[in-house]
Amino acid sequence: MTKKYSVIGTPRRKVDANAKVTGALRFADDLVLPRMLHCKMLRATVPHARITRIDTSRAERHPGVVAVMTGKDLPIPFGILPISQDEHALCPERVRFVGDPVAAVAAVTEDAATEALDLIDVDYEPLRAIESIDDALANPEPRIHDYSDDGNVHKVIALEFGDVDAAMAGADLVREDVFFYEGNTHLPMEQHAALADWDPAGKVTIWSCTQTPHYVHRAASKVLAMDPAHVRIIATPNGGGFGGKSDPFSHEIVVAALARATGRPVKICLTREEVFYCHRGRHPVLMKSKIGVRKDGSIVALDFTSFLDGGAYGSYGVASTYYTGALQTVTYQVPHYRFRGARVFTNKPPCGPKRGHGTPQPRYAIEVQLDRVADQLGLDPAEMRKRILQPANSVTANWLRIGTMGLGPCIDAVVDGSLWKSKYRRLPFARGVGLACSSYITGAGLPIYWNNMPHSGVQLKLDRSGGVAAFCGSTDIGQGSDSVLAYCIAEVLGIEPVDIRLVTGDTDLTPVDLGSYSSRVTLMTGNAAIQAAERARDLLAQAVAARLSVPIERVTFAGRRVFDAENPRDGISFAEAVQAAEAKFGSIGSTGSYTPPRSPGRYKGAGVGPSPAYSYSACVAEVEVDPQTGIVRVPKIWIAHDVGQAINPLLVIGQVEGSVYMGLGEILMEEMTYRDAERRVVHHHPSMLEYKSLTTMEMPDVVTYLIGDPDPNGPFGGKEAGQGPLNPVIPAVANAVYDAVGVRVDEVPCSPHKVLKALKDKMKGKEGRFGPAGMPDYAFPAPARVLTPAQGGDGREADGRAHSEVGGGR
Amino acid sequence: MQPLVSIDLPSRQKVQAAYVVNGEPVEVAFAPHKTLLEVLREDLALTGTKHGCELGECGTCTVLVDGVPVLSCLALALTYRDRRIDTVEGMANGAALHPLQDAFAELGAAQCGYCTPGFLLTARALLAANPSPTRDEIADALSGNLCRCTGYLKIFEAVELAAGRMREAAPPRPAAEKGSR
Amino acid sequence: MLRLPRFTYREAGSIEEAVRMRADAGPDSSYVAGGTDLYPNMKRRQQTPATVIALSQVRDLRRITGTPRDGLTIGAAVTLTELASHVAVMEHYPAVAHAARVVSTPLLRNMGTIGGNLLLDTRCNYYDQNYEWRKSIDFCMKRDGEICWVAPTSKRCWAVQSSDGVPVAVALGTEVTLAGPRGERRTPAAALYRNDGIDYLTKSPDELLVSYHLPAANGWRASYVKLRRRDAFDFPVLGVAVWVELAADGTVKTARIVLGAVASHPMEIPEAAKAIVGSKLDASAIGAAADAAFRPAKPMDNTDFTLGWRKEMVRVYVQRALEEVAGRATADNWRR
Repeated sequence: MTKKYSVIGTPRRKVDANAKVTGALRFADDLVLPRMLHCKMLRATVPHARITRIDTSRAERHPGVVAVMTGKDLPIPFGILPISQDEHALCPERVRFVGDPVAAVAAVTEDAATEALDLIDVDYEPLRAIESIDDALANPEPRIHDYSDDGNVHKVIALEFGDVDAAMAGADLVREDVFFYEGNTHLPMEQHAALADWDPAGKVTIWSCTQTPHYVHRAASKVLAMDPAHVRIIATPNGGGFGGKSDPFSHEIVVAALARATGRPVKICLTREEVFYCHRGRHPVLMKSKIGVRKDGSIVALDFTSFLDGGAYGSYGVASTYYTGALQTVTYQVPHYRFRGARVFTNKPPCGPKRGHGTPQPRYAIEVQLDRVADQLGLDPAEMRKRILQPANSVTANWLRIGTMGLGPCIDAVVDGSLWKSKYRRLPFARGVGLACSSYITGAGLPIYWNNMPHSGVQLKLDRSGGVAAFCGSTDIGQGSDSVLAYCIAEVLGIEPVDIRLVTGDTDLTPVDLGSYSSRVTLMTGNAAIQAAERARDLLAQAVAARLSVPIERVTFAGRRVFDAENPRDGISFAEAVQAAEAKFGSIGSTGSYTPPRSPGRYKGAGVGPSPAYSYSACVAEVEVDPQTGIVRVPKIWIAHDVGQAINPLLVIGQVEGSVYMGLGEILMEEMTYRDAERRVVHHHPSMLEYKSLTTMEMPDVVTYLIGDPDPNGPFGGKEAGQGPLNPVIPAVANAVYDAVGVRVDEVPCSPHKVLKALKDKMKGKEGRFGPAGMPDYAFPAPARVLTPAQGGDGREADGRAHSEVGGGR
Repeated sequence: MQPLVSIDLPSRQKVQAAYVVNGEPVEVAFAPHKTLLEVLREDLALTGTKHGCELGECGTCTVLVDGVPVLSCLALALTYRDRRIDTVEGMANGAALHPLQDAFAELGAAQCGYCTPGFLLTARALLAANPSPTRDEIADALSGNLCRCTGYLKIFEAVELAAGRMREAAPPRPAAEKGSR
Repeated sequence: MLRLPRFTYREAGSIEEAVRMRADAGPDSSYVAGGTDLYPNMKRRQQTPATVIALSQVRDLRRITGTPRDGLTIGAAVTLTELASHVAVMEHYPAVAHAARVVSTPLLRNMGTIGGNLLLDTRCNYYDQNYEWRKSIDFCMKRDGEICWVAPTSKRCWAVQSSDGVPVAVALGTEVTLAGPRGERRTPAAALYRNDGIDYLTKSPDELLVSYHLPAANGWRASYVKLRRRDAFDFPVLGVAVWVELAADGTVKTARIVLGAVASHPMEIPEAAKAIVGSKLDASAIGAAADAAFRPAKPMDNTDFTLGWRKEMVRVYVQRALEEVAGRATADNWRR
């Protein structure tokens, strides 16, 4: 805690900050190559249909057009998860949503490519479109995909840890609440772009603003039917990701195929409308939470059910479904827990991982339900939560191992900072405060595809100039992962971050890092970087110890010098130390890698939820509700985040504030909705104007508290900050609305018409609630039963089945 | 002001136009239906100007025309010929960052950095007109620039920091100083 | 990159030349001033004129002349920023300045003009979409299609009047000057609009809006309140403009109340005005006016927010606009 660092823990500008403020940083669409062609994709204008004919001949004759491609040219399917390889770069015979790609044109100008799209004739034989969760549950036909657990139900999960019904029977209070969380999308400011260059030797390079170059590498090699050694992915700086650039995308593969076909570089930059069609955003989730508590608020059992509207493809959806159930147990003690989840296919753009991946929806439900529980029991919601925290260094009912756990101090910080005790239930009508908490993984414990190799690798090359080059597959999406890599290495080697040259996100040059998703990079890349740097340091230390004739334990690295700790003036520069090592050992390089610890869960589905460390957050929101209109304004947010050790507090606060912003957008106004007149399921508003993202005028003051003790699994004790702080903001606002005007909106977003309707109902003596009436009638299978640690279980299913298969079959 | 002209251009022929871009006179030929955004990025290789929607709905493509921030995606390049255009590439003085650039970098106001050029130019025009803006005035002036990473707070702080440094570097004249008290 | 389709670009040096160019170019042409309405529509292929006639060089369209005592004349190509920050406009026509000030964003207001604002194309969520999106619904009658998706049995288009300036222009009794091949004519702004989403203007397409005339600022008061999701970018989903003439004792002598964004035209509600005439804008008169405005307002499901809520908001926002004109707290005060 009191450990002295020279780089770690100090606010400092990012390594690429100056490039970002001068316009020097090159994003994907900024790249231009000689003879480059421009690509445009033709997308389906019907939500569900068979393609009966595609005629590209007119487009091929259009002046400036060099190549036209359709689904028959790229027949091999792909997808992010091995178990849902259900996408095609161009749809061969079936389209599944308005926006599904069916053809692509490469032309000498973007104008010519755009004009050529109008000259491609496509005939469709319409199929009935599936519009919603209810629609998909009720109509197994027509099947959107020929694989699934049950008709148009993509994935069904039923798990029980302990004995929920027996425990529930002993509760003092049992509540059932139903919630709906509308879908929303990432809306990165940068539209997806990719450029491919064909090497006549038979290789291809794809530059793309992807968060996951390694997974693009796998997908592109597969679809192009090329040796992966001949496919190179270079992740360009992402102009915002938030999870929206974590899947391999059709356009990345298509430009590579067109480059191969034409022998020329081919670039595409999607329009904003197409970005909405790529989506992979927040799943709409309909949820029921049944909770049993004692009079003091302690939970005796939780029974949670979720239905996810997955859209037209699998994407990360199986993992998303598990995530709607996995992390309920890591904040508060839940001794008995049942989770049932189902994800359906619908004819809409596919949902996937958005910041918080699958957890904001259940977190919202649980935290609003706990607010009701506290209200009903006459308890202060902050004090009640503090009493029921999951302890540090424990194993949850669903076999997640918790390390450091700073939620209690987080609650204290926001309660004190916001003057909670003088505000809660004490502010005048129309003003209110609400509190909520959450937790998030610091990296998923398992990779997307089963393998036993490291999740992150770093290579270092030290040269005699004193320069250090670091090679790592990690991808900077604005969160500062390049900076974290440099900070960790600089700290270990006693040099400055600016001394380190970074080569990242390049599958030809850098060791694999799985990508910028699941809040994994700081921890995993950081640990790999520390290991690589320590190994290099050991080589230098041996050489310097010999040179200075001091014991190796006394060799110290700081201030770009290597010296005797007991006699600091006795030392040499870092560059001289590298020279000494190079003379002794030859060229100096090192590697480091990181694999997360194994989780104790052994049941099917145990792969989703484990993490080397969990971050914790608590939030108090203050709101003003206009009772005449129902409009909710948020003047101030207090948020505390247990980050373990901040590697760079400036960046951590930036992540927290950005999470607050995005969370507020979700609870106040963002929604990805569709029109379905005559089953023409089409995005309501695929534009920046009508997809409502908060402007400077709506952003409240935010007070951020960084909390926590260094976690033994984190690099220098660091945990994640990029996703977790989003989660509590949404329920905190919902709870504050109740404190302000006494009505519950059990839907996200908390739109004015919903608040007003609830207010009017309340005035008429009704409940004062706006939200879903109930859950669909769906027969889940009997849950797989797993004994909890308290019951003496071994992490396996009670029938003794153990699953080597991970991630719920991932 | 340029002399009044009337021109009549066929739609498929390139036209030549002159600008003063970041202080340098340039001449460039392009198709007449191109926007200023497209000409800057594609014909002048000034890719520091980004784009997020091309419909005037995000502010990412903001550049200054005669000092006034405009949406380059909705500005027909031809209409703005002979004007003074400033882009992010022209903000630094040689290797020395503009105080706004420095403050944005220092405080983490650029996360992904994609919206940053637009914010910098809008802020630059604000500080030229109002060297001591309040937080509300900053929010108002920047209300046409969307950012999805930062929640704007670090951007506000950076504008305030830069404004303070710029005031110190160029103290207001006595009369103005009197007026500002 | 979403790009403009190809077109022939012509730039006029004078009003006369602009009118002549438009006559030469024929119906498949369009004037453009700031471009903030036309160019997005062209990029989405909602409008595809073969010829675009730019007004940016016409100096006569950029002037503000006159005095508040006799009335101001605003050139049609004066930008919304210039209008909103013009000293005489801010001081004597605060509702006009406010309505300009709440349009979209500072960036857009630096380009967009008052002329363009007064002639803003009607808007609809089924229409303000890219070509491919509209194709997926087989288009709509406003462009390329047969039906109105908002009211599929309707014979007419229900696109919404969505300018902030227009309700104010009508409420204040402003006038506009139009120049056409047959010369200039001056007409009340109220006569410019028609309740039809397609033919929403009464002016003939070859007429050029030249200037906007604000009446003498002789004792009347006005206000404009706007409802939208965010305090930037968004078009109004409801706008309420109120104009009143008060007697010395504060009694309302005459009044006009005009709603924006609830029909294809600015909707004047004489019954609402009648409810406050003779009153001192007391709560009961304001309530009666709000009720009177609520009844005929008929928002359709083609903007942001639900239509039921938008209709309810008519009552609230008429009340707030009247309270503002009476000098009491306003919606905008509440909001910030």
